[in-house]
Amino acid sequence: MPADGGIGAPNKRREDVRFLTGKGKYTDDLNRPGQAHVIFVRSQVAHGNLTAVNTDEAAAMPGVIRIFTGADFAEVGGLPCGWQVTDRHGEPMQEPAHPVLAQGKVRHVGDAIAAVVAETADQARDAAEAVEVEIDELPAVVDMKAALAADAPKVHDDLSSNLCYDWGFVEENKAAVEEAFANAAHVTTLELVNNRLIANPMEPRVAIGDYDAAGGDSTLYTTSQNPHVIRLLMGAFVLGIPEHKLRVVAPDVGGGFGSKIFHYAEEAFCTFAAKALERPVKWTSTRSEAFITDAHGRDHVTTIQLALDADNNFTAIRTDTHANMGAYLSTFAPSVPTWLHGTLMAGNYRTPLIYVNVKAVFTNTVPVDAYRGAGRPEATFQLERVIDKAARELGVDPIALRRQNFITEFPYATPVAVEYDTGNYVATMDKLEEIADLAGFDARRAESAAKGKLRGLGVNCYIEACGIAPSNLVGQLGARAGLYESATVRVNATGGLVVMTGSHSHGQGHETAFPQVVADMIGIDPSMVEIVHGDTANTPMGMGTYGSRSLAVGGSAMVRATEKIIAKAKKIAAHLMEAAEGDIELKDGQFSVAGTDKSVAWGDVTLAAYVPHNYPLEDIEPGLEETAFYDPANFTYPAGAYACEVEVDPDTGKVTIERFSAADDFGNIVNPMIVDGQVHGGLGQGIGQALLEHAVYDEDGQLLSGSYMDYAMPRADDVPFYTVDHSCQTPCTHNPLGVKGCGEAGAIGSPPAVVNAVVDALRSAGHDVTHIDMPLSPHRVWQAMQA
Amino acid sequence: MAQVSMTVNGKAVSAEAEGRTLLSQFLRETLGLTGTHVGCDTGQCGACTVHVNGRMVKSCNMFAAEADGARITTIEGMAEADGSLGAIQAAFREHHGLQCGFCTPGMVMAAAALLADNPKPSEADIRAHLSGNLCRCTGYHNIVKAIMAASGQDVGAIAAE
Repeated sequence: MPADGGIGAPNKRREDVRFLTGKGKYTDDLNRPGQAHVIFVRSQVAHGNLTAVNTDEAAAMPGVIRIFTGADFAEVGGLPCGWQVTDRHGEPMQEPAHPVLAQGKVRHVGDAIAAVVAETADQARDAAEAVEVEIDELPAVVDMKAALAADAPKVHDDLSSNLCYDWGFVEENKAAVEEAFANAAHVTTLELVNNRLIANPMEPRVAIGDYDAAGGDSTLYTTSQNPHVIRLLMGAFVLGIPEHKLRVVAPDVGGGFGSKIFHYAEEAFCTFAAKALERPVKWTSTRSEAFITDAHGRDHVTTIQLALDADNNFTAIRTDTHANMGAYLSTFAPSVPTWLHGTLMAGNYRTPLIYVNVKAVFTNTVPVDAYRGAGRPEATFQLERVIDKAARELGVDPIALRRQNFITEFPYATPVAVEYDTGNYVATMDKLEEIADLAGFDARRAESAAKGKLRGLGVNCYIEACGIAPSNLVGQLGARAGLYESATVRVNATGGLVVMTGSHSHGQGHETAFPQVVADMIGIDPSMVEIVHGDTANTPMGMGTYGSRSLAVGGSAMVRATEKIIAKAKKIAAHLMEAAEGDIELKDGQFSVAGTDKSVAWGDVTLAAYVPHNYPLEDIEPGLEETAFYDPANFTYPAGAYACEVEVDPDTGKVTIERFSAADDFGNIVNPMIVDGQVHGGLGQGIGQALLEHAVYDEDGQLLSGSYMDYAMPRADDVPFYTVDHSCQTPCTHNPLGVKGCGEAGAIGSPPAVVNAVVDALRSAGHDVTHIDMPLSPHRVWQAMQA
Repeated sequence: MAQVSMTVNGKAVSAEAEGRTLLSQFLRETLGLTGTHVGCDTGQCGACTVHVNGRMVKSCNMFAAEADGARITTIEGMAEADGSLGAIQAAFREHHGLQCGFCTPGMVMAAAALLADNPKPSEADIRAHLSGNLCRCTGYHNIVKAIMAASGQDVGAIAAE
């Protein structure tokens, strides 16, 4: 392991000191002079016509400045959707309006009806309770299949139905897939639910709008993973503010997991109201509000079928999925069940024919969008569960069946449009068998049995597409944005560097890991490099952080900008040493002339750039600052193999995770400590999905699990120490760092391992169980044992 | 409004508070001690954990007026006198026991309360004690490890660096 703190070193995080001493600056810690506060009046019913909003009494209450209703937003744009999916008939998806405040109709519990702005949050809250709302309640549609019935109430009256799109992929393969199923020696079918989740970053969302009347400039402080995206979407589509008159700042952000990618109504409201009132306006979400306004995740209902030949080779896969969009299209919602899901259905296996059908459905529930993994966990769960079921039906070892069907040659073009550049699935499975001590499982099962517990082992693989994404490709697929990333590297006269990145760190440790890359390239100490992110005023246009893209795309932009810096610095060094530019070498922060003892230090060159006295001004500009935009050539494809061992209490159905092991291939690693942490966190969330978490709606569209009293977050005593390994490394072939991304792997790979393990435990006791839907609560597991 | 006086991180403070003002709100908004975070409204997440007269308390579950005359310690009071990180804080940094940092103040305060009562807690003790503090980033692995390390236990055998 390098001792110099460059690439590969487990450097301790520099951001930790402020977070550990209470000096972090999260959005709610910010207060603007003269700030007012807003509390939203929200719908308590899932579906209804808004017949009256009476604000008279509330407006007269102490401290109230103004109450806004839908009428104030009648001429304001709605929240845009950033991805247009084309259905299997070539038609664009149905795309409803998404107003900032409800226009005549409410469509989910939590839909914002009015906004009370007052001097203090307490005053606004008091007045909000006095706003009288009359709603003519309509029947709610909650169940996706019921929502598609011909006589179902429509969430949006102006759409033809509740069907957003009916997507087929690859449509041209459909007939061949049918034929393969007709000719199959064995077909395994599995119906399953990918349970609806709520991201629940520990920091609730906050927005502060500010307006400078003198200059006509708007500023939004917000809990965002991508401030530039918010600036573009809100400025161009909602409020009509050109980007040069709008600044978006996302300071320290307390976790996102996808839920802080999207542009939310509260951001637009605070920016709008600050201008209307010429006062800063702040909104801080309560956790209760977060449950009914933050975009939810997952919520797929799927039937998957796997066809095998007589030798147990996979010959075809077909799936039929219903995906819940909720009441409106959140920013990237349409892309999740389609391009982030269908393209991953090959997994780690050679399956020549695949057909994926997805029906996206509007319901009277909170909008659903990307949550850690986004589409890829859904694909992985289906595939890895159906393979396990097939192995049991065929009486073969589930690991052997996987190994038999592994892709082993790269690059590999899947039948679902993507090409894996590199990987080694045999190596990660070998590593898993070692670190998980699979050889010792039988002995551990016997120990559990001696305690009266059923022990089960679940193993699975995963692959994900990260480093989203080539702009040309995603443009063809319906993205209304490019997905490059940017970096500006500014070298100061005395040799220190500031890197301004379009990526955003909300727990990932960019402030620590990114300097390791730049410092490594130049051969200086990472402490000489500072990272600036999160403010559109001082960073280049970037697309932000999600989809495990920061290092693979943002880091690559940083490398390209640093390469430009080095190239120019070499020219300056050549001049200073009166040598040919081609002879200049940079090592350990020293420029030298090849084959001579002449050298100048990094600091000599940077000083010359800014004090250009002895300097070829006719050939080279002074200064040392470069910007690069990097658009990836392909996705990256991290992959791995996971193993979970559970104990099930046969009397209660209670599942405990006894061991969890993860062998990942992330390509090259910049900071292994941070990578371990990312995997741990993903595993925690994946285990949470498998055992605990579930956003449950009743038939009237009320969210029953709307607080931490009801929505079971994983706690410290729900999870074990994890064994993680990322020594299997097949570097990405198309980005300069050879990195693949590690942020989502744990959440993608772990749910099927847990379910496979519980099914194995139950079957070991003679229960004829083939599947249990997540979350595997004691109730569900116990019921499965009674069947 | 009533006048509320307390000692916060060794310093006497006094300010007006409404009867409904929560201690968490008083610390953050009145005293400007924004290290205490509010992550929920049901007393479940523990991000707002502080010490009141040496006991661990979720400051969103207590009115400021109830803390009149009390001795309060917040995350801002956990560093050493010279400003360097205290032992628990240093262990969290050493073992990567935090990512986004939002739950961290509550975790550190909870850990300090545990170690005051139980200087050598087992893994199970730590996990049980932390069950009132939610973290969404770390999967708890490195938090538990950091607390074991802060209590002087060898964590070398725990998987992963």
